[in-house]
Amino acid sequence: MATTTGNRTLRWARRSGWRHLVIWVALAFALFPILFVVSAALNPLGTLSTSQLVPSGFGLDNAVRLFRNTPFGDWYLNSILIALANAAATVFLSALAAYAFSRFRFTGRRVGLFGLLLIQMFPQFLAIVAIYLMFTTVTEYWPSIGFDTPWGLLLVYLGGALGVNTWLMKGFFDTVPRELDESARVDGASHAQTFFRIMLPLVTPVLAIVGLLVFIATINEFLIASVFLRDPEAKTVALGLYGMISGERDANFGMFAVGTLLIALPTMAVFWFLQRFIAEGLTSGAVKG
Amino acid sequence: MAPNRRGTAGAPGGAPAPPPLPGGSLVRNGSPAGQLVKIAVLGLAAALALWAAFPLYAAGNWIGISVVAGVTALIFYVYLSPRRVPVKYLLPGTLLLIAFQILPVLFTVSTSVTNFGDGHRGSKEEAIASIEAASVERSADSVDYALSVAAVGDPAGGELVFLLTAPDGTSYAGDAEGLTELAPGDATVSTAGRITEAEGYVVLTAAEVSARGEEIAAFAVPTGGGSGIRSSGLSAAYEGSATRAYDEECDCITDSASGAVFTADDERGVFVDEAGQRLPQGWQVDVGWSNFTKVLTDPSVNASFFGILAWNIAFAAGTVLLVFVVGLALALVMHVQGLRGRTAYRILLVLPYAMPSFAMFLLWRDMFNADFGLVNRMFGLDVDWLGDPWTARAALLLVNMWLGYPYLFLVATGALQSIPRELVQAARIDGAGAWQAFRHVTLPLLMVAMTPILVSTFAFNFNNFNAVYLMTEGGPFPPGNPMAGATDLLITYTYRLAFGGQGAQYGYAAAVSVFIFLIVALISLVSLRQSRSLEEVH
Repeated sequence: MATTTGNRTLRWARRSGWRHLVIWVALAFALFPILFVVSAALNPLGTLSTSQLVPSGFGLDNAVRLFRNTPFGDWYLNSILIALANAAATVFLSALAAYAFSRFRFTGRRVGLFGLLLIQMFPQFLAIVAIYLMFTTVTEYWPSIGFDTPWGLLLVYLGGALGVNTWLMKGFFDTVPRELDESARVDGASHAQTFFRIMLPLVTPVLAIVGLLVFIATINEFLIASVFLRDPEAKTVALGLYGMISGERDANFGMFAVGTLLIALPTMAVFWFLQRFIAEGLTSGAVKG
Repeated sequence: MAPNRRGTAGAPGGAPAPPPLPGGSLVRNGSPAGQLVKIAVLGLAAALALWAAFPLYAAGNWIGISVVAGVTALIFYVYLSPRRVPVKYLLPGTLLLIAFQILPVLFTVSTSVTNFGDGHRGSKEEAIASIEAASVERSADSVDYALSVAAVGDPAGGELVFLLTAPDGTSYAGDAEGLTELAPGDATVSTAGRITEAEGYVVLTAAEVSARGEEIAAFAVPTGGGSGIRSSGLSAAYEGSATRAYDEECDCITDSASGAVFTADDERGVFVDEAGQRLPQGWQVDVGWSNFTKVLTDPSVNASFFGILAWNIAFAAGTVLLVFVVGLALALVMHVQGLRGRTAYRILLVLPYAMPSFAMFLLWRDMFNADFGLVNRMFGLDVDWLGDPWTARAALLLVNMWLGYPYLFLVATGALQSIPRELVQAARIDGAGAWQAFRHVTLPLLMVAMTPILVSTFAFNFNNFNAVYLMTEGGPFPPGNPMAGATDLLITYTYRLAFGGQGAQYGYAAAVSVFIFLIVALISLVSLRQSRSLEEVH
């Protein structure tokens, strides 16, 4: 009896036990800074110098101060709306482009693909002066998509929709067997029907991943947003939090930690929501069909 | 693999259109719903074009209108034509790419051959107007105005505006370009005659005014004919005549008070007198390659240049290697059927990526603090992490890995899922070991999707301004050299040179960013070329 259990344990350890061990080590590394933020957020004193890894007390004073003393609610809503809109639009635009690059052969295809990679390498950071001057004119003509509006910011972000995302998607599209969409074409589907009805459902995992990446990148984007959104209420969380601790770092640290955690929540929610699409692995199912 | 040229019928450069398929004529133009969507989208495009054209028309901007018309025509042409199928898919993203990425980049490149920056912002005419206005002095017949200092947008950094009330009660807004009359409804005037609120402007508080005192004292509103309005004190302004006047014949500015003559130097965009003194207001001119040669030959720049370049490459390559190895290893460890708790593991492992990175850089910096940092306290160490060049570099790489590996983990997970398990299973049945199957089957297939990601991760980290700026601000600095720190990347170094201290030098900064672009592009092209056999670009 004991030997059987022992054997089974040994077999389990060889099959998947070591996997769990590796993951636990990785988890310890991944999570301890986050534990520190949680602890700082709950720390009733709310200063940096009194924050520890394990919560030394428990209080919601920091959260109360954050909402009472700053327009954090506005920042939060702005961040989430901009990030969701940008993620959805970017996924759609880059999926269209990736489909074209993956399934059609046309003049300029190779140049286009390399061009996309190259243009991404220009430090956007220093093109910001050009973008700023451009939008000074835009604000003059069309104030509703100019500075202090989420629309102008979204447009600038969408300028980068084609790029590394298109490459990521194209790589995935290429691994979907051509026979699937070709047979749809033979059955009489138009190219648009093939794209929306056959291709998109098959590549859901990569759409989910790209959507998540863009969502996160938008939440974290700092420099362009700081040029665009100058009204205190129009700011995003990144701008608001940065402004908060650039002045009084030590004293505002607890509020900063609460804000950090609150903006991490929607990202986790999006990941949780997309998780099943990523996990479903629709492609491998389709090959068998 | 299927032949490449299928599915491209009718596309430019593709195979000729095949004979109609059975039943194909029924759906040639898509379903009725598809037609409706197409009509709706084209209608929306037309409506947007109209909306965009109105303000352009009102301002008489015919170039703008023709661009809008051209783009709209292109959209209609592409989507109404049955051909050019790939363009239909590429057009929306490409239009946005051109407008908001390529044009700014081209503009930056064109800026790199100018002296654009503080003191060289506008045209020569604007510089002259501003010089004349700045030299205004009070005379016997000066008109006095009540003044409120305001700004456009941000009170601390926005463009200054003088809100003025003339003796007859008329309200004006005056900026560096001149006076505009304010409509009575747009401005609120106090009983003392000062404007307290005005549509579109932020009136500065007393504290904000005193913070920008120097700027305000130097500010002048040109009113034409060699006169201008300057502030006297913080609540009054006067209009007077200029002591400095431009003379077109000698292309120079004469100061009637001191008699000095400043001649225009059209190559440098400044007015200089015989002693070489220049007036602070200059204008924008082309300076050719001098910004670029400055990067290579200016001793204050190139002394540290190669050391920084080496660390920059090591930082980007090291980050890519670390995040790739860790991300892929974790994806592989979890890529097994029936692993318990996989969903929870995956969510927890990706948590660092869900944390806002800008905030985490600041947080890690505090954790590496030598005195009360968490790292030292936890491990009982006494290391001045960010004070020593090599530990600072190690800390930076570690933090960058912490933030970056979840991305590669997600990409690798996605890519692994797209590889049919049958392929690996077949290899295993044929007698390949786990490592061999991975090395010869899984990895090459993975690299198809991963190579461009790795290259762009490299490019991203090559210019990872936030990481270095928020963690170390480029430091620690060697004694006696406050310009080039041990962890400086080219981009943070450039930032300090261009924007730190001596005022904005956009032209020079643009030249350095073009330079950085060339380096990154070269490295990336070479590495893509090396891995070309892995890709399906052809």
